[in-house]
Amino acid sequence: MDAAVTDPAALAAALDRTGYLPDEGLATAAFLALRMHRPLFLEGDPGVGKTSLATALAEVLDARLVRLQCYEGIDAAQALYDWDFPRQVLHLRAAETAGRHDAEELERSLYDRRFLVARPILQAIEHAPSVLLVDEIDRADDEFEAFLLEVLADNAVTIPEIGTIRAETPPLVVLTSNRTREVHDALKRRCLYHWVAHPTYEREVAILRRRQPEVAERLARDVARVTAGLREADLLKPPGVAESLDWAQALHLLGARSLDVENAAATLGAVLKYHEDAVRVRETVLAELIGA
Amino acid sequence: MPALDIVMGFARTLRHAGVPATPDRVQAMVAALDHLDVANPTDTYWAGRLTLCADPADLERYDAAFAAYFGGAGVPARPPRPAAVRLRAVPLDKGDGGAQPGDGSTRTTLASRQEVLRHRDVSTLSAAERDEVRRLLALLAPHVGRRRTRRYGPASRGAVDLERTVRRMLHQGGEPSRLARRARRRKPRRLVLLADVSGSMEPYADALLRFAHAAVRVAPFNVEVFTLGTRLTRVTRELRRRDPDAALEAAGAAIPDWSGGTRLGDALKAFLDQWGQRGAARGAVVVLCSDGWERGDPTLLGEQVARLARLAHVVIWVNPHRGKPGYEPVTGGMVAALPHIDHLVAGHNLAAFEQLVRVIDQS
Repeated sequence: MDAAVTDPAALAAALDRTGYLPDEGLATAAFLALRMHRPLFLEGDPGVGKTSLATALAEVLDARLVRLQCYEGIDAAQALYDWDFPRQVLHLRAAETAGRHDAEELERSLYDRRFLVARPILQAIEHAPSVLLVDEIDRADDEFEAFLLEVLADNAVTIPEIGTIRAETPPLVVLTSNRTREVHDALKRRCLYHWVAHPTYEREVAILRRRQPEVAERLARDVARVTAGLREADLLKPPGVAESLDWAQALHLLGARSLDVENAAATLGAVLKYHEDAVRVRETVLAELIGA
Repeated sequence: MPALDIVMGFARTLRHAGVPATPDRVQAMVAALDHLDVANPTDTYWAGRLTLCADPADLERYDAAFAAYFGGAGVPARPPRPAAVRLRAVPLDKGDGGAQPGDGSTRTTLASRQEVLRHRDVSTLSAAERDEVRRLLALLAPHVGRRRTRRYGPASRGAVDLERTVRRMLHQGGEPSRLARRARRRKPRRLVLLADVSGSMEPYADALLRFAHAAVRVAPFNVEVFTLGTRLTRVTRELRRRDPDAALEAAGAAIPDWSGGTRLGDALKAFLDQWGQRGAARGAVVVLCSDGWERGDPTLLGEQVARLARLAHVVIWVNPHRGKPGYEPVTGGMVAALPHIDHLVAGHNLAAFEQLVRVIDQS
């Protein structure tokens, strides 16, 4: 599935065509993940494009994107597979009324593939080629990490009643973390580790222009410049690319062609998600950032 | 194969710089280079960074080691400097404490030099202290208060557990029998220890870190330990070592501002920005050990403690002076923080630590 991708630059160009603009490091990371069949572990502030990379990669590789959103308390039954118990019972009843009583035969038919509910990891393994996005792994508990490690190591799922299901082509695995908790070293060691930084000014302008071509160029430049300034402003939640995209969209919808103090103050809710931040910015740095 | 030698030599340099470049990671780097252009310094840079680093804190050291070993070429012109890189040593003082970072570009090199210069040996310990630690270790075994999780477990009463009930039916040929029940499981809350290691706290810092070590040993992945002084330093990883002396020595080496000044408000803010708000302090039991001597602005400290109180389940303040007769919380920092804390306990002797264990357990 990666025949067309000969080097990081080619992958960057392919990602570019889908509307995702990676920097050199990210392109190299994704390229190596493909070539070395290693999971890619992405860390970075919220909203820097960790999740959208997986989406873009799936598009480039023409693969199915399977997303596993982690949360506290997630376990194997939600990540791997589960038996559809009610349907099994129905099947049993139906067999009974039909008068089939061969116990062994009945049992075998009970644990048939059609009663198996494939959860994200099994889906990714069954449907090659695929991109498996394990989103916000830091939210899951550490027992889950150990379990994930096992699956990632052999790209196979063993179901006692059926046997081992192995991936024809191992899925490209992308793990993301917002660093709310430190992920275990053993998991990181299996992966390529990349810290996704906020984009540079030029790249952010390019991203804004690409994703929202309808937004005036002047406005895109203003938004990128002020957002970069806000990131330096010591806020409770510095805005990511997702926020600057929202902001540009909001301003565009209000008919703005460039950023000024009035329309910025009115749409500040699109970039700053804490009341304290909004108040501080409005009262102190906003005018200065826009005037600069 | 000369390329291999070069990589091995680089890995050695990296280990000296404090990045744990283990053999399997070095192997991964060699494999990565296989797919890239070895002659291109940028490719070499990324092959190493993606495989040898595993933490934002590693990146800065990696960049320095790479520049030292391969020369400047290859390192991105404007190295991405994530906020969390500053975790290890966040320069906070602006007016005191010797050499000060001037602008952003020199800050990091200065910080790492200070870190090296100010390494402090805390390995000389008396036998009495060691005994005390063993007692503390045994004492902290009663854990942190528990909370309900989203996960369900079997229970004797509670809602019907559909899945297990049906599975049980299946075993009995589809005949309904006893109902299985389930209830939310319970899990200990996260414990966060924030220890002030400034000059005025020096006599207590050793005991505090030993207490922290005992707590980490009981539940290595449920406890986080940070030291506050002129900067914020995370020492959880160092304290996970089994041997208390080795753990304390490692922690001592990691803390660059041992016995310096206090900018409690700034350090607490750094903790909340980089860890607390993201999840470390949410719903946790937070123990802040300090005498409340604040060189910075007490208003900032008040604000930050209020912010902490909104995130945490319980905020416990341990003040060694609390145990002394006639103590009144009158230092500027203490007065500002007092309205937002749930418990104020002493921390000057073993009995006080025993009391602290009880408070943690009951919260």
